[in-house]
Amino acid sequence: MNSVVLSTVARLLVGVMLLFSLFLLWRGHNEPGGGFIGGLVAAAAFVVYTLATSPREARALLHADPGLIAVIGLAVAAGSGLLSAFAGKAFLSGLWIFLGATETSKGLALGTPLIFDVGVYLAVVGGVGAMVLALEESDS
Amino acid sequence: MAVNQQAQNSGESTASASGQLLAAGMAVACAVAFAWGVTLIERVAAGDAVTVATSWVPAFNVRLAFHIDGLALLFLLLVTGIGTLIAIYTATYFRGDSRLPRLILMLMAFTVAMLGVVLTDDVVLLFIFWELTTVTSFLLVGFDREKASARRAALQALWVTAAGGLLLLIGLLLLADVTGTRLLSEMVAAGTVDLGDPRAAWALALVLLGAFTKSAQMPFHFWLPGAMSAPTPVSAFLHSATMVKAGIYLLARVQPAFGEHDVWFYTLTSIGALTAVWASMMALRQNDAKLMLAWTTVMALGILTLFLGSNERIAVLAAMTFLVVHAFYKCAMFLVIGNVDHGTGTRQLDQLGGLFKPLPITGVVAIAAGFSMAGFPPFLGFIGKELKYEGALAIAEEPLLIAAAALAANAMMVAVALTLVRCIFLSGQANTPRTPHEAPWGMWLPPLVLAVGGLVAGIFPEHLLGGLVQAATSGVLAEDTEVKLKLWHGVNLPLMMSVLTVIIGIVLHLNRQRIHRMLDGLVAALPFTLDPGWDSFLRGFDSVANALVSRIQTGRLGHYLMVIFVTVVVAGGVALASMDSWSAQSPQAALTPVVTAIVVLMMFGALTTIVSESRMLSIGALGLVGSGAALVFFWYGAIDVAITQLLVETLFVVLIAAVLARLPRLSGDDHTDRRTRVWHGVLAVGTGTVIGLATWLAATRSTDHAVARYYESASLPEAYGANVVNVVLVDFRALDTLGEVAVVVAAALAVVGVLTRVNRTRASASAGEGV
Repeated sequence: MNSVVLSTVARLLVGVMLLFSLFLLWRGHNEPGGGFIGGLVAAAAFVVYTLATSPREARALLHADPGLIAVIGLAVAAGSGLLSAFAGKAFLSGLWIFLGATETSKGLALGTPLIFDVGVYLAVVGGVGAMVLALEESDS
Repeated sequence: MAVNQQAQNSGESTASASGQLLAAGMAVACAVAFAWGVTLIERVAAGDAVTVATSWVPAFNVRLAFHIDGLALLFLLLVTGIGTLIAIYTATYFRGDSRLPRLILMLMAFTVAMLGVVLTDDVVLLFIFWELTTVTSFLLVGFDREKASARRAALQALWVTAAGGLLLLIGLLLLADVTGTRLLSEMVAAGTVDLGDPRAAWALALVLLGAFTKSAQMPFHFWLPGAMSAPTPVSAFLHSATMVKAGIYLLARVQPAFGEHDVWFYTLTSIGALTAVWASMMALRQNDAKLMLAWTTVMALGILTLFLGSNERIAVLAAMTFLVVHAFYKCAMFLVIGNVDHGTGTRQLDQLGGLFKPLPITGVVAIAAGFSMAGFPPFLGFIGKELKYEGALAIAEEPLLIAAAALAANAMMVAVALTLVRCIFLSGQANTPRTPHEAPWGMWLPPLVLAVGGLVAGIFPEHLLGGLVQAATSGVLAEDTEVKLKLWHGVNLPLMMSVLTVIIGIVLHLNRQRIHRMLDGLVAALPFTLDPGWDSFLRGFDSVANALVSRIQTGRLGHYLMVIFVTVVVAGGVALASMDSWSAQSPQAALTPVVTAIVVLMMFGALTTIVSESRMLSIGALGLVGSGAALVFFWYGAIDVAITQLLVETLFVVLIAAVLARLPRLSGDDHTDRRTRVWHGVLAVGTGTVIGLATWLAATRSTDHAVARYYESASLPEAYGANVVNVVLVDFRALDTLGEVAVVVAAALAVVGVLTRVNRTRASASAGEGV
């Protein structure tokens, strides 16, 4: 699609959407959002960028092969589960640390479910990205 | 180019050096295990078994339980003792070969699996190790993977033994159910199982099938001769002490449970006798020395099965002794053939001859092992043979038939041994591809150890083997027995039979050309043979699978969807029709005007999708339906679900539009015919009705929300998240999510794979046009 307006807007939009997707990923545990939703938003950003520019530019934007990103995401998700297995708990049970915990508040809770969610995010972005690129590149 | 060659050479020599190191490691490990086993003999012979057990899968009550009684110890010593020698031999045989590390690693894995089979006490563990021997022997037999014959033999061995292994699992679990214990030692101690219980009868049949397939009893014997396409040291190991003996071990192990029954006795003796006699006849007609030996292994397995059919003490003793005898001479003989092959470049008997002079040490080994195989005094084989005859005559039911079968098989064994020794080493002239030369020490020492062992053990049987064989016999019978091994029993019936055996054997050997022709005629006259039958079985299997797959996997998306929807209608319809009562409660959430408006919009979208002539319009309208669903979710407060639905819907529309943009506009010709459209309409209405009714039911019936309440209450305090939906996804039910993510990734990779292939085909097609 050779639309100057679209490609210009898309470049601006992609950054905003990616930031928003990270925001969704981060807040997911307590507010609407999460790895899957965040991943879908990021994937949508990638789709917009691909359609507005070209598959070649979209690939350059990612730096890595989207299929590889997807597989890494899967590995991260599975790996977060293994962490708890090494800690002697059941596979995928959450492990938590509390930053700045006080008597009254738990502080900032960070746990393996967050790592798991990052894995889900990467798998969704990579998976959708790989499909979009494959479709767009089969154009020629 | 030269540099490249050099790099490759250095790479190969590195691989070879690491292979030597690995082989040394295997030899040391086996030797240490062997030495440990030797120190146990006295303790185990005194009836004090070694037991180790620790929990492994508590949910299924599977324990890592190991139990070393006399029988297990005998196998432990055989596997590790011969394993040590094989490691040394292999390192020399494959010197300078870059495949050595791979081979040694496979051998090690195989050895561990085999030790697991004989040492474990838990039936589930036994099955696991049993299948591990199947898999590792598949790799070993197919080691020369460039050769089609090796691949075929490996696959054949895998099919037959793995199928038997699965039957064995069922049999063992049934047996565990009948006896009420998973531990073999407890089953054995419980004694005879009543076959009136159908479970026990099935257990017997299935365990026997497992043992017979593994130990190549008729009619499953056909895979074993082919399996000798493995490298020679591997064959020596598989044939003498491991793999095929696993079935024998199993028969010996379950003997106390079934040994009392007539069906056990008659099955084992008849199958064993048939296998032994047929295999020795087949051995006689071979020209390839290694194939000849492979057939004699089948014969030995038949003899062992035959004697395990009886629970007479002396018959079991004969089996246990012969087990050792056979391991000694068979391993030595295989290694001898390996040396001959290595030194001359051929294994064909008609090309070999007079090799004693160029291969003196191998020749001495061959003579000693051959004499033990033929059962000449004072070799260990003599004791083995005397015990066989004594055992056969002691079996009350059918002494004559068993003795006759043993005699026939043994006489042919004498002939085979004489043929191997005379035709290769003593008489005739060598006409071989290479000038014959003796093997390096690493290849003559291991068989020499075995040959000398066979001689020394024959002269001092009681000192060297008495305790072990007695312990093994006690282990099989699950009772303390007193046995003595002697070389000379005096002039008695077994001795007479031995003399007769030798005479017949010599006669057979001298007339071997004529017998060869006779046997060839016999084989040619058979209505069918199993080995080629195997090929047609595989072909039939393939074509059935192809027919089935081409019906189920049509490759048409419409067909797959139809199957899914028909299943929904039928299964859902049946479930709905069998409901007890249709509740009359009003829905838990009221249908507000806003929602009604959304639903009308969705219906409008669905209708547009169907009637539109433009693909783009259809897709857009379909997106309207999905977005409407998202709005409904929003309305009822399911924010996460709504966002996800909206995003998925958007991406779906964009992706599909990107695809459809490349297709031509729909025209009248593209429509399916009337009948198909009516059918699709019926299916669509049916699916909608079933789903609608199910939704209605879910909304109007009061359900217990215990699960939802639990998640709501546990989310924050236990998983530190206020968003219950997300906590369910990443914590409570994270395993489900992991599975779903795996599906997403797999689907994406599949799409990439398919499209890349399409692109490549297109690219090559257009390149072809350009030319």
